[in-house]
Amino acid sequence: MSAETILFYVFAILAVVSALGMVLNTRNTVASAMSLVVTMISLGAIYLLLEAYLIAALQIMVYGGAIVVLFLFVVMLLNLATDEFPPGRQRIVKLAVAIAGVAVLAQVLVALDRQPLFAAQPETVPEGFGGYRQVGISLYTDYVLLVEMAGLLLLAAIVGALILAKRKID
Amino acid sequence: MPIEPVVKVLFIFAVMVMGLAPIITWIERKQSAVMQDRIGANRADLGGITILGLLHPAADVIKLMTKEDVVPAGANRVMHLLSPLIAAVPAIIAFAVIPFGGVYQFGEKTLNLVGADIDWGLLYIFAIGSIAAYGTVIAGWASNNNWSMLGGLRASAQMISYEVTMGLTVVGIFMVFETLRLTDMALAQDTTFRVFGFLELYFGLGGGVIGWLIDHIRIPAWGIVYQPLGFVMFLTAVMAENKRAPFDIPEGESEIVAGYHLEYSGMRFGLFFMSEFIEIIIIAALTTTIFLGGWAVPWASTDAIIGVISPWFGVGFATGICILIHFATFMAKVVFMIWLQMLLRWSLPRFRYDQVMDLCWKILLPLSIANIFVTGLVLLWARG
Repeated sequence: MSAETILFYVFAILAVVSALGMVLNTRNTVASAMSLVVTMISLGAIYLLLEAYLIAALQIMVYGGAIVVLFLFVVMLLNLATDEFPPGRQRIVKLAVAIAGVAVLAQVLVALDRQPLFAAQPETVPEGFGGYRQVGISLYTDYVLLVEMAGLLLLAAIVGALILAKRKID
Repeated sequence: MPIEPVVKVLFIFAVMVMGLAPIITWIERKQSAVMQDRIGANRADLGGITILGLLHPAADVIKLMTKEDVVPAGANRVMHLLSPLIAAVPAIIAFAVIPFGGVYQFGEKTLNLVGADIDWGLLYIFAIGSIAAYGTVIAGWASNNNWSMLGGLRASAQMISYEVTMGLTVVGIFMVFETLRLTDMALAQDTTFRVFGFLELYFGLGGGVIGWLIDHIRIPAWGIVYQPLGFVMFLTAVMAENKRAPFDIPEGESEIVAGYHLEYSGMRFGLFFMSEFIEIIIIAALTTTIFLGGWAVPWASTDAIIGVISPWFGVGFATGICILIHFATFMAKVVFMIWLQMLLRWSLPRFRYDQVMDLCWKILLPLSIANIFVTGLVLLWARG
């Protein structure tokens, strides 16, 4: 086994175990969030092994760093109790989450079925693949409309959040 | 197993972490003492020899190592023991991508004085920096103490806010150097440019004395020359990320005792302490590499230095001398940046929490976006 294969298995197992740790740990929300961080960083490492450097850096910076810190911030500030939701609503939420999980799993299985896991892969990646230049060029040429739309969506979300927060303060 | 990376890693670790970090704890004491008209650390002695108080770092380490390591009752034991490591490790591994020398040719062999020459070096540092936030947040939470908790919350809010700005303030530099690779950035600054070159380009001046002056009045093509505002804003943002005064609201002795590391003693407190000081060195090395030309000697490029020395001693020896000169230049700039940070830390009063947040979101963020916009316009105009 090459070093890369070994590293892949290390990080893949780490990702799965920590993801399970996040979901199955119902007692300690902060520990759950920290498991999520481990999952995110392991995914970042797997992106690195795929030579997707920009995505790896962003994965660790945005998901591993900023977003889960925000989760922690909220968890610590609110100190959520388990009986925050009434039981009836809890059941609905659980059902919805289960359906969504099954749907995602089905999608992954279909995708795997179409593209076998260990099919012949190209030996080399094209020059500059996965770097910030390549990603930047395709974002601002081929997908510029989508980027602008995403930007507009985020702006709308920020303005909406501000209005909601302000209404509460006033 | 290749020997070269191992040697580099050991070298960086020995110089930056084991060598410089303890010394700057002494520098900080002495500098604050000088600024406040005191004598400063001078008591630790070995048989009556004090060496200007330089034995204090060693005394500190012995004290921290032998102190009792207390985990408070009701604390989350695992998290409490883990969080100093989460704070310290990112600070240390960030050195991997910072070049402490240039790229040199020894015959057919190329020597590149950087731990890991990766294409996304600056992104690597930002990614690692965002992980470092967990050290403080988890320390605050796991201590089961209200003051620690407040410190952890303040730390998380401050670090997330300044991370955004820190990234945006260096976008202008990406645009100027067209790279994220720190070795390439340093290489690009190993040159000079003509200050009055625009007179020739746009006004057709030149020839005679004026032409000679235009050709010979040159300044180093450092990042700070292209991005002065970017330099000031980046330094502010990284100093806020480091959580030291004037941005020390997560510790805030006067309000929340010691903030997130209140319940830590012994070497675990020492790790928080050390990671703060290692971060000072990282900040110094990073700003040096991005804005102050890295290892480059002003007005003397690598080729010029080797060209001057090689007629006497041969190219190989000249390259060796050049490496030493570059490393000394790099360390001199790093020490200057450390001194500057200490100066700011001991001369500015602490900010209030709301002032720290206002500075980030209302001043630095809009200014950094304006900086990107103006840089883009100028580059479009200059490069056609």
